[in-house]
Amino acid sequence: MSQTTTDQPVVLEARNVTKHFEVRSKEGVRVVRAVEGVDLQLHRGEIVAMVGESGSGKTTVARMLSLYYPVTEGEILLHGKPVTKVSGGAAKDYYAQVQLLFQDPFASLNSLKSIRHILSRAVRIHSPRLGREAVEEKVLALLDKVALTPASQYIDKFPHELSGGQRQRIVIARALAVEPSVMLGDEPISMLDVSIRLDVLNLLTHLRDEEGVALLYITHDIASARYIADRINVMYAGEMVEGGPSESVIHTPQHPYTRLLLDSSPNPDRGIDSDQGSLFDEVGDLGEPPSLIEPPAGCRFNPRCPFAMQICTTDKPERTEVTPGHWARCHLHTVGGAEQLLQPSIQFGIPVEHVEAQLDQALPFESSTPDTLGDRADGAETQTVVAESESTSQFGGPQP
Amino acid sequence: MSRRELGEVLLEVNDLSVDYLTLKGAVRAVDGATFTLRRGEILGVAGESGSGKSTLTTAILRLQRPPAVTAAGQVLYHDQDGTVTDLVPRTDAQLRSIRWDKLAIVMQSAMDALNPVKRLGDQFRDVLQLHQPKMSNREAIERAQDLLAMSGIPRDRVNSYPHEMSGGMRQRALISLALACDPELVIMDEPTTAVDVVMQRTIMGQVLRLQRKLGFAIIFVTHDLSLLLELSDRLAIMYAGKIVEIGPAAQLYRDPKHPYTQALRDSFPPLYAPLVKMSGIPGTAPDLMNLPDGCSFAPRCPVAMTACASVRPALIEVGPVDAACLRNQPEYADAPVADRVDAEALEMEGVLR
Repeated sequence: MSQTTTDQPVVLEARNVTKHFEVRSKEGVRVVRAVEGVDLQLHRGEIVAMVGESGSGKTTVARMLSLYYPVTEGEILLHGKPVTKVSGGAAKDYYAQVQLLFQDPFASLNSLKSIRHILSRAVRIHSPRLGREAVEEKVLALLDKVALTPASQYIDKFPHELSGGQRQRIVIARALAVEPSVMLGDEPISMLDVSIRLDVLNLLTHLRDEEGVALLYITHDIASARYIADRINVMYAGEMVEGGPSESVIHTPQHPYTRLLLDSSPNPDRGIDSDQGSLFDEVGDLGEPPSLIEPPAGCRFNPRCPFAMQICTTDKPERTEVTPGHWARCHLHTVGGAEQLLQPSIQFGIPVEHVEAQLDQALPFESSTPDTLGDRADGAETQTVVAESESTSQFGGPQP
Repeated sequence: MSRRELGEVLLEVNDLSVDYLTLKGAVRAVDGATFTLRRGEILGVAGESGSGKSTLTTAILRLQRPPAVTAAGQVLYHDQDGTVTDLVPRTDAQLRSIRWDKLAIVMQSAMDALNPVKRLGDQFRDVLQLHQPKMSNREAIERAQDLLAMSGIPRDRVNSYPHEMSGGMRQRALISLALACDPELVIMDEPTTAVDVVMQRTIMGQVLRLQRKLGFAIIFVTHDLSLLLELSDRLAIMYAGKIVEIGPAAQLYRDPKHPYTQALRDSFPPLYAPLVKMSGIPGTAPDLMNLPDGCSFAPRCPVAMTACASVRPALIEVGPVDAACLRNQPEYADAPVADRVDAEALEMEGVLR
């Protein structure tokens, strides 16, 4: 699925983009450091995924790229030209190139207007001189492009007559109406039913291949990112911590957070035959992302990182290119020890023994079943779990 | 075939049907659901939105609100002392001794399920004192602290308001709250949909640990089949209000006996396995007001035959699983796939051309 896209021209670029929000509270004005120094390049005909948990700044980046939020620092370049403080005609030119795909197709279409109105309005705004027939033709072509065929059957419908998947196709068609070079998709499939998500993803890859549209695909689902994206970028607490070709990021993650994300993603191949307890046995408390008002000094992941060193709490890690095109911001790559990121099992967060001990202490009821699997808090038992974990790699841990 | 040894029967659901009464007539949202749940078992319920999974779980606890009504069927609760109670004809007052003490539920949205203007400890105290009226305030708060600590929430959080906690912490508090009276069954309706995958894994690890210690059974409802496959002993797949397949998780994953189960399984891109071009399920879920005469899945089914349009398949035993598909009956096994002139299907062809 992936192709060499990096030799294509860069369409949209973010350089060192930063966004700080001011919040007023009892303690005075505080600053939320939502996005910090993000670099991003979108090439023609390329899908780039931005993966991260909620609050990691993914949406803020998309909103800056769509000029919804002004940047605090850094710059955005469209076709190599800096875009700053646009309004009026210049803004319209920008929107003709960069379009947003919204998350919720039930909220982003005006329910009082027909599909014809919704799509032709987008066409008319950006090509005001087009005649009535030309607009109609264009709308039919758009419906065709998003595979709502026969188009004549859909053009007079209203949003409520369409299913979620069909509505999302209308949202995509509306974005395509201006023939943009970039689409910014903020979780475009997360509101859709699982059975139709793949079709929308396939449509997006089709548009990439046929129309050469560049797509920024924002998601929290790393498996879907792998499915459609040529490159994956990983965001954590407002910073971009890793980026590279999709397969490379999935199979050889170079940042501990990426590894945590991969280990946490559901994966039935991991052990459908084993006792479900054993799949979660090594899972203690994996922790939560930090406050963005006072983020940790140094690397923002350091409080949760099992490999954290002294330097991680003081210095921000620099971007290190590990293999061509695959980079990460982690001190392991400068100090040494990065190979640990690929070991079969990594203990993240609060170890399971502590969680277990805390649970035993807190348990307000009698244990009602004999623990057939043995006492997990027992040190000897834990040893075996660690030893056995060597063999867990066959269930699909990252392989070097 | 099951992952673990399971206990006695805890809950027996027989032919349970739930209708939504509308001006246009009754809409059957759950149609003849039948299954048994054993003590300590984790039953996963998967299906798309509108398939009736949440309606089913609320109907089991009799928590459905008008216009939903239980139209038919039984929910038999087997008490530890051997008595069997049908929950369907019970009044709310009669159910009070069973709800929360025996059967508890974790609601879908942690944000809405907790009272925003009450401290966490007081919300626990409400529940504890209602079910154990002799419990003093101090005891109740201490118990609340234990319950919170049990899910990995610091004890001092008992004085916090819900808005002072992260989404993940609120969700864990809600699980603790469901466990407040040491129930025998906990129904979890999409408990981790609002949190991200890392928190989801923390929560599920903790739930399994608690389940192993306390021995409660779980009915886990979600649309995330990958998670259910990791978690469940048995899985029920729902489509258009019916259970179309139910059986051991590994069996449904490896050798599904219903085309919908297979299609749903293949709708999740793999995390590590080699990538191939995949396709979703063509078409959309049927309108429950207007179901096809035969199999509800027939219009979207890749192996549908002529009979599927008229014969309604029953849930029958197929090896280790139960499935509702005519293809499993010998007389239909080799029938040719019917030609479909289905606009929806053709439309999807367009995408995949």
